[in-house]
Amino acid sequence: MISGGSDGGYRKFSLVGRRMFILSAAKVIIFGGIVARLFSLQINENKKYLTLSDKNRLREWKLPPVRGDFKDYFGNTIAGNLKVYQLHVIPEQVENFNHLIVRLKSILNFDQKTLSKIIKKKNSQKAWETLIISENLSWDQFSKINFYLHELPGAKPVLSVARNYPYNENFTHLLGYVAQASENDLINNNEIKKRHVPGLRVGKIGLEKTFENKLIGSNGIQRYEVNAYGKRINQIDYIEGKKGEDIRLTVDTKVQEECNNLLKDKAGSISVMDIYTGGIIAMHSSPSFDPNLFLYGISFENWNKIRENPKKPLINRTITGLYPPGSTIKPIVALSALENNVISTNFKVNCTGKMEMYGQTYHCWKDTGHGVVNLRDAMKVSCDTYFYEMSRRLGVDRLNETAKKFGLGAKVFDNAYNEEKKGLFPSTKWKKNNLGKGWVLGETLITGIGQGYVQSTPLQLCLMTAQLANGGFKIRPKIIVSKDDHDYEYIKNKMEQNFEEKMKGPEQDDALVDFGDFQKDELYKPLFRNRENVKFVLDSIFASTNEVRGTSYGSRINDKKYQFAGKTGTSQVKKITETQRELDLDISQIPYNERDHALYVAFGPYKNPRYAMSIFIEHGGSGSSAAAPLAKKLFKVIIDRHEEREKIRINDKLNTNV
Amino acid sequence: MFRETALSGQTTFFQKVRSLDYILLMCILLLGIISALSMYSTDGGEILYHTKSHLLRFVIFFSMMLILSFIDIKFWHSTGYIFYLIVLGFLIWASLYGITSSGSQRWVDLYFINLQPSELMKIAIIVCFAKFYHRVQINSVNSFKNIIIPLVMLITPILLVVTQPDLGTSILIALSGLVVLWLAGVNAKYFIYSFLGLLISLPFVISFLKPYQKLRILTFFNPDKDPLGAGYQIIQSKIAIGSGGLNGKGFLKGTQSYLEFLPEKHTDFIFTLFSEEQGFIGSVFLLLLYAIIIYRVGKIGSTCRSFFGKLFCYGYASSLFIFISVNMSMVLGLLPIVGSPLPIMSYGGSSMLATMIGFSIVMSAKVYQKRLIA
Repeated sequence: MISGGSDGGYRKFSLVGRRMFILSAAKVIIFGGIVARLFSLQINENKKYLTLSDKNRLREWKLPPVRGDFKDYFGNTIAGNLKVYQLHVIPEQVENFNHLIVRLKSILNFDQKTLSKIIKKKNSQKAWETLIISENLSWDQFSKINFYLHELPGAKPVLSVARNYPYNENFTHLLGYVAQASENDLINNNEIKKRHVPGLRVGKIGLEKTFENKLIGSNGIQRYEVNAYGKRINQIDYIEGKKGEDIRLTVDTKVQEECNNLLKDKAGSISVMDIYTGGIIAMHSSPSFDPNLFLYGISFENWNKIRENPKKPLINRTITGLYPPGSTIKPIVALSALENNVISTNFKVNCTGKMEMYGQTYHCWKDTGHGVVNLRDAMKVSCDTYFYEMSRRLGVDRLNETAKKFGLGAKVFDNAYNEEKKGLFPSTKWKKNNLGKGWVLGETLITGIGQGYVQSTPLQLCLMTAQLANGGFKIRPKIIVSKDDHDYEYIKNKMEQNFEEKMKGPEQDDALVDFGDFQKDELYKPLFRNRENVKFVLDSIFASTNEVRGTSYGSRINDKKYQFAGKTGTSQVKKITETQRELDLDISQIPYNERDHALYVAFGPYKNPRYAMSIFIEHGGSGSSAAAPLAKKLFKVIIDRHEEREKIRINDKLNTNV
Repeated sequence: MFRETALSGQTTFFQKVRSLDYILLMCILLLGIISALSMYSTDGGEILYHTKSHLLRFVIFFSMMLILSFIDIKFWHSTGYIFYLIVLGFLIWASLYGITSSGSQRWVDLYFINLQPSELMKIAIIVCFAKFYHRVQINSVNSFKNIIIPLVMLITPILLVVTQPDLGTSILIALSGLVVLWLAGVNAKYFIYSFLGLLISLPFVISFLKPYQKLRILTFFNPDKDPLGAGYQIIQSKIAIGSGGLNGKGFLKGTQSYLEFLPEKHTDFIFTLFSEEQGFIGSVFLLLLYAIIIYRVGKIGSTCRSFFGKLFCYGYASSLFIFISVNMSMVLGLLPIVGSPLPIMSYGGSSMLATMIGFSIVMSAKVYQKRLIA
């Protein structure tokens, strides 16, 4: 059989040729389709796919933002950043994590406890999240790691920054501290959430928390090329982050350090304020603790030591501690009585050591009594009987008016500290509303010596004193230096102007004229009706420190440069029983928790005062023996620093004027 | 008998060498070089395992193809069924004792090579059909017997391959066989009927598919539904090709493949890598190269005097076209992902061997183009 040549063979050949031709046409069309598809992907949609490809291969890593510094008035850094050497590992990129960790253990000399902590941490986070093996390597450890790096695949030595408080416990309560951002921090603050990276430290309390958004800074960005498994291949781009804003405070480190020294081993608080600008010069609460301990996670022993300290170092007494102000409130009581024309300065009371009233006995602190005293003497010797009588005539509501005007019962700062307490100054209305009972007249008497319902923070007493010392003008306390701050001279002039304006205004000698709502008192406006009253009160405070028999006479400074005036206070923690009164125990014989609080408020230099302070010693005993002597030491430092401060002030002024 | 000797038997070796299709050889060689360079790129710019072994295979099989080109076309004709049966035997061996890898039992261990018989079946089915239709008279092409025997010959290996399971290769074997049936002159209406039949039975076929195969088909219709799972390959492939642009990202600079976003970049997705690095121009050039090869194979077929040689060349040209367009359509997102290598470009010994055997038969048809086969 021959296949070719025949008719059938020819037809077969031509059929296959025809069909091949049809197929070829189909092939051309299909290849054309493929080219068209290539064209649409590679030419028309090139941009879209190029973006997608970049999205695939480029990853950004946020670097922790560098926190702004806190500086004192003189530019010293009181909260800064320290270069630290850290060791990071991304578990996902490690072939054999256990092997690596054992190797690291031997290189870094970790103990078993640290090791198990790291492993616990590793198990609690995602495999691609950075695991911080150590936050703070010594230079030795860091260089050792770098030396062995080739046998530690996945380990990354990192140069980072960490918060550092160079003055340790000195500024703890004033600044607050930072610690690792918690879930709550992320929920409550969007700025933190935006900038969050593992291990980010944020303010937990105090100014660090309040000014978080200013301080936090912005993240640096590292852009890496990564492969499909997320492994970094090489760095493409690096954008440096912006450091957070530096914040300059009004405080003076030297004064602050002195406060810390003075309160060593005591529980208490000292605050110092500029009586014109309201700037806080120092503000310390003792005992304190070293905030640097919190940075890398505080150890259990250290934490227990702080927590179990009976003097409670975690409490910021200056703004959150509420105590009866005791006799330190007497200047306000005297002023209120004078302003309301309840008494004249010549009003006399015979003090016999106690006073019977409304069926109860009210004791003066001096059992033998002060004899016949006028107002000036009563202030000087802090005669309780005189103040009982005076406040009885004044009434608690008028006293409340004056006290509130001078800053009691309200927050000192607008919003610098979330944790700040308001304190309390009672009135008949307050008692009715809050306790549901009518005011008992006897309560007026003890309110007049700063006991009973009165509760104030040590800082409130400082503000009260400052507003008296500047001649009775409203100031706004502040702790942060800002460009719009008014200068001392401006403020002083403004006060005089405001006073003259007031004199030109309608005469107000009617005792019953309302002072008006204290909150409406404008900045640098007088808080008094009659200037002489303020002058008289200041003079009587002066007598209390600088004249014989004055309660703080022992702590006086005769040198005019340093001479100050102050009022002692001793506030009772517990009602003294009659038997105790007879025993007249020495302070060392009373249990610590029942001892009196010692207080002292002062201002100076007496001729042309500039600073006010309040000293508070918890369970310290009497104000004159425990608190006033500290003022003497502190005033030396404050006045010595004054010249330096003035230099800076004048320099600042020149700079802003230019 | 005399005529045969006079026409082709007496040609000298030198004449035979001269009668090789040099354009086709050059194109295959060029393709081999491009494929080796692409392998070099998949190895990250180093001569590593894939590059070495791909290049070695190309050199060995290309030389083998040159030698086999001088074998008389009659030999292929006379061994057509035996070739088919041997490959079928290997397929049965594979399904019984084959090596299992990534869930599929496709390979037989021949000690010097792990052979994937399903790849060889793509060629064997064409040889086998070419031989079968060589003898069939035009009038009896559409007789019941002449339809049913090839269908059995086609369906047997397809069933074996489907159960491996290897859907991609079985589809390609089916298409290769069907295209030869079409060329041989099987009535067009049968194709239309069976196509309609397939359409109707499609739901039943789908119900027999493995879950991963169903997923692939679903993914084809909507790759963005599960971008990290089943749709990952096709999305990444489109990104790679699309981002190549007109000129491509440059040799060894394809980020998608270099950073390992591309799956199977050595084998099924080698065109993606090439297209990302060489861009639209390079891709069209490669397509053109394939088109020339297909054209040359078809042209050899058209000059063949034996029906066996002609049908084989036409059939091989068409199946080459099918392999290429299925692979490219797949990586371009025009077809669902099924395992289908790109001839010569893709890494894989069996595919390379099968392709080269195909070319050697084509070449022998060229050398012995005037040979008539009784």
